[in-house]
Amino acid sequence: MAALDQTQVKEGVDQETVDAVREVGTYKYGWDTDIEMEYAPKGVNPDIVRLISEKNEEPEWMTEWRLAAFERWTKMNEPKWAMVNYPEIDFQNQYYYARPKSMEEKPRSLDEVDPKLLATYEKLGIPLKEQMILAGVEGAEDAPAEGRKVAVDAVFDSVSLGTTFQAELKKAGVIFCSISEAIKEHPELVKKYLGTVVPVSDNFYATLNSAVFSDGSFVYIPPGVRCPMELSTYFRINAENTGQFERTLIIADKGSYVSYLEGCTAPQRDTAQLHAAVVEIIVEEDAEVKYSTVQNWFPGDENGKGGIYNFVTKRADCRGDRSKVMWTQVETGSAVTWKYPSCILRGNESQGEFYSIAIANNYQQADTGTKMVHLGKNTKSRIVSKGISAGKAQNTYRGLVSMHPKAKDSRNYTQCDSLLIGDKCGAHTVPYIEVKNNSSRVEHEATTSKVDDDQLFYCRQRGMDEEEAVALVVNGFCKDVLQALPMEFAMEAQQLVAISLEGSVG
Amino acid sequence: MALPEAKQTATEARLSALTMPDAGCTRAAREDALARVLETGLPNRRDEYWKYTQPDTLVSPEAMPAAVFSDDEPLVFSEFDRLNIVFVDGVFSAEESDDLSMEGVSIDRLEDICCKDIHWAKDLYGVLEARGQVPVQRPLAALNTAFASDGVAIHVTGKPSKPINLIYRHASPTSDAILHHVVRVESGAEATILETGPAASRFNKCMEIDIADKGTLHHVRAQGRDHERRAATHMFTRLGTESVYKSFTLTVNGVLTRNEQVVELTGDDAVAHVAGACVGDGEFHHDDTVFITHDAVNCESRQVFKKVLRNGATGVFQGKILVKEGAQKTDGYQISQSLLLDDDSQFLAKPELEIYADDVACSHGSTSGAIDETALFYLRSRGVPTKDATNMLTLAFLAEAVDEIEDSALAEAIVSRLEGWLARRN
Repeated sequence: MAALDQTQVKEGVDQETVDAVREVGTYKYGWDTDIEMEYAPKGVNPDIVRLISEKNEEPEWMTEWRLAAFERWTKMNEPKWAMVNYPEIDFQNQYYYARPKSMEEKPRSLDEVDPKLLATYEKLGIPLKEQMILAGVEGAEDAPAEGRKVAVDAVFDSVSLGTTFQAELKKAGVIFCSISEAIKEHPELVKKYLGTVVPVSDNFYATLNSAVFSDGSFVYIPPGVRCPMELSTYFRINAENTGQFERTLIIADKGSYVSYLEGCTAPQRDTAQLHAAVVEIIVEEDAEVKYSTVQNWFPGDENGKGGIYNFVTKRADCRGDRSKVMWTQVETGSAVTWKYPSCILRGNESQGEFYSIAIANNYQQADTGTKMVHLGKNTKSRIVSKGISAGKAQNTYRGLVSMHPKAKDSRNYTQCDSLLIGDKCGAHTVPYIEVKNNSSRVEHEATTSKVDDDQLFYCRQRGMDEEEAVALVVNGFCKDVLQALPMEFAMEAQQLVAISLEGSVG
Repeated sequence: MALPEAKQTATEARLSALTMPDAGCTRAAREDALARVLETGLPNRRDEYWKYTQPDTLVSPEAMPAAVFSDDEPLVFSEFDRLNIVFVDGVFSAEESDDLSMEGVSIDRLEDICCKDIHWAKDLYGVLEARGQVPVQRPLAALNTAFASDGVAIHVTGKPSKPINLIYRHASPTSDAILHHVVRVESGAEATILETGPAASRFNKCMEIDIADKGTLHHVRAQGRDHERRAATHMFTRLGTESVYKSFTLTVNGVLTRNEQVVELTGDDAVAHVAGACVGDGEFHHDDTVFITHDAVNCESRQVFKKVLRNGATGVFQGKILVKEGAQKTDGYQISQSLLLDDDSQFLAKPELEIYADDVACSHGSTSGAIDETALFYLRSRGVPTKDATNMLTLAFLAEAVDEIEDSALAEAIVSRLEGWLARRN
């Protein structure tokens, strides 16, 4: 945090904000677990793709799917349009598969679980009860869970260690398991939906992911079911020189509801590591999905050494009428972030929302935003993005709002504000707005006067000034999701929310 | 790096149709510009900067024919006392132009400059255009610098008594004009430049404006009503300390218009306002691309763009404010709005901010929508017929941009012209 200590902070940015950013800048999860790992040979080629498929005991069709993706990937070029700079990645000089040796056979009791793995999760602050389950202990589901329930799928490097509360979820008809398990247990669902939201050849990183994804989470919520608890996935990169490629597939069938949380951390290392995930969400008629992320990968040290390259493709397809999806993200980690959680609003009256707080410090670079593609009638979308830059960081909002000719009477409201702390950082806004019919209204605002007027009016009526009111309203949007976050995220997220928006620039 | 094949071929084809005129003291600048064109190639539809506008017809070897639009309307600023400089299909017409001498300003034809070895314009010709190629390439401007066949150099040393009006008359349906003007406003000097007319079937115009400390330039353009004209214009403006640049552009129809404005605020306390109003009806594509760089302390920039579109018209706005490190106390404002009068028209916008200084106030807004039903209802309930009410609201919508013209008489001339055009379209 030396960089921030040395910068002159402009008058008007309050100390709380500066302290909060400074606090966020101290990476608490930078330790690693010294554990015996099993690696696939370095590099990526059809043999590695087959090996990963084999390790996951996948059926033939899945292997073929991966190989086809790999074939495509070799013909693609890395995208260069984002406002991020990083040394060229040598895709052949890293591991694509790494798992703890002790996971070769699933442990049956606590005694069998590698104590180091246990300690890892303890240190990350995951409650002991869940920890037992996380570490892959079978039978722990029957023990009573304390407090609020959150089912967790824990992914450690390339493998899922276990998923909690599976039995209880099963009673409700919800399927929540690792994607490798889903490919084996529910091939019909995976076959039907995998790659339908993010096509195999969508982009360079998504294609690479399609070829080499090792694990991830799978969620299916049957028609009319409100998922009885929150679902979450915790990603931990531990091994050195290893890329993590996870794949998440969430299907919310007609009239269902689920709230899904995602968290991630990684050890502090000198060399940058690659993380290229794909998340696909399918939302059917009247269904609703909330997807929240607290992204806290190692951001690199204060001299910009190391850190995670976070190249993620996330997309939700609101297929049914009146379906709804809400992305909330708190982006604090990663050396480089390239991430645009998007919504395809295909169903009539479907809704997409995107709330983002992105904090970049030291030499971090974040290029993040969303795409709202309005295809159905009466569709609504809302984008609220807050970017905070400090040190020598660059923070970019990049977004697309597209109103297709058939998306009559649709509505979009976008607000993206940036805050700079110090004079060596940068904040950028790159919105694309495409309006192809006249009954839709699109507003892109950087002023602080256009947050929901009613709420604003209410707050102001109670004596708050405009700045406070806007901060409260925006935080209010995020808060109900942030408060629901499990484990140690909650505290961290609260800190971020405490950051005031004073001195914002568009 | 080698250019993609399609781009290389298109560029070569275009260049083969051009010859560099006798250049005199502009030769070095022209050769440099040609090198830039060869390096970057001419734009094509795959270029990000041309995402929303197809440049094909602007770079094709031959200009697409365009019927000469004739009406009995007098020229937009004809009621004002002004100094006229007339170009017919991109060629200076001495007969139609006024005597070019006026107190406080000296005006030379580009052709005359090209015969000389020494001229003040040498230090400006192609210089701002070259600066404007970074960070985004503008190959059509470089092409212009290399091959411009005519134009004027305007040297403002005092406060000329009347505006200078560059009139571009379109006479031949196959004309293809490349004009390049340079303007230097000296310290403390002040002038108004007006530009009117469709110019040619295809028009590539570049203007480089250098405003010294405390200089002021007012710039009002009315880009004709020719329904088939295709144009790419570039304005490169550099501002010194406490200087002022105010620009307004009115565009009514024209098949394709791409107006690029590149403004660099290099002296402290400088002010730049760039505004535009456009009315598009039918096969119409209008693109305003603005790039404002703040490279000094306490400068102000304003971008106000309004577009009214219908019957399949497309409006594009690409605006960027770049605040460089150290350009503290910047006040940057940008608004782009469109009024879509029917479902066939579209508005495509990319309003960007790139900020590297922390003590700045930059904001941008962009909206798009139909006419306000409540306002329409209000007017109708007061007995105003729908057509008139629509026109009234349309005019009110455009007013914010027209208001950027400081001279109220000029603004009124624009408004009355708009009123007439709106009324007749119904």
